[in-house]
Amino acid sequence: MLTIAGKTFRSRLFTGTGKFSSPRVMKEALLASGSEMVTVALRRVDLHDPADDIMAVLDRDRFFFLPNTAGARNAAEAVRLAKLARASGGGNWVKLEVTPDPRTLLPDPVETLAATEELVKAGFVVLPYMNADPILALRLQDAGAAAVMPLGSPIGTNQGVLTRFQVAIIIEQARVPVVVDAGIGAPSHAAEAMEMGADAVLVNTAIAVAGDPVRMAQAFAKAVEAGREAYEAGLGARRTEAEASSPQTGLDFLR
Amino acid sequence: MITIFCNGESRRLDRVMSVEELMVSLGLNPETVVAELDGRILSRPEYAVTPLADGATLELIRFVGGG
Repeated sequence: MLTIAGKTFRSRLFTGTGKFSSPRVMKEALLASGSEMVTVALRRVDLHDPADDIMAVLDRDRFFFLPNTAGARNAAEAVRLAKLARASGGGNWVKLEVTPDPRTLLPDPVETLAATEELVKAGFVVLPYMNADPILALRLQDAGAAAVMPLGSPIGTNQGVLTRFQVAIIIEQARVPVVVDAGIGAPSHAAEAMEMGADAVLVNTAIAVAGDPVRMAQAFAKAVEAGREAYEAGLGARRTEAEASSPQTGLDFLR
Repeated sequence: MITIFCNGESRRLDRVMSVEELMVSLGLNPETVVAELDGRILSRPEYAVTPLADGATLELIRFVGGG
């Protein structure tokens, strides 16, 4: 069981709700994923399409909502979005995202730390999206982050855990749960992060844009479970030289 | 006739109405919409008792799919 800020989760797969082809496909995929926590974004209501309401299909009793601050380019914008999310009755959890550059969508470490400090003081449970910087992870943890969410690779790139070396250090040092977020493009990537000891992964694009999002959600669920089980079972050490699996004795009759 | 600015567009109202009345007239479910009036976030109980004054700036926000 995973515990973040006193709340327990059976599933270590968190799922995003963006980019799905329809609300029906999204709902089916989320159910197939087994996820208990889903991320959502906040946007202006489209007054020309008032019926386009994600809350009409998402059951808040079934899924715990983690509103994000996606679109914020600085701490002030992120704090404003977080407060709007809280006012919506969405609880006081927030996935803090501050991404000033729309080309890379890489998180701003200075603004993210400032926003974490402010939101923690305001009573939020803050899960900051961050670059895979071990020192920053410690700073965010010290500022009161309930978990840290280092990126595997940039958002939506499906490139996997390119930050493996840094993520390993973050996991080794963290006193709060580590959720690898962004860039997880295949179940094997999710399994890799879990084998390394990540507490959870957050996946959106890879499921949403799959040929069959429902089956892909199931595949991710299995990969996350397999990766976690392997981590708990204890992986054998990596070696640079071969070591025979078969006995090296009892071969005298050959020569 | 009063004019308000709602989600970046000017909108004429033929009478003073509350935030909740406006939401309903726009076909929105007030339970799933957050309102920010002149920069201040309203609590849900305020929707029905907060009138929209001439020149008010209202932002109506809600959850959408996101990662």
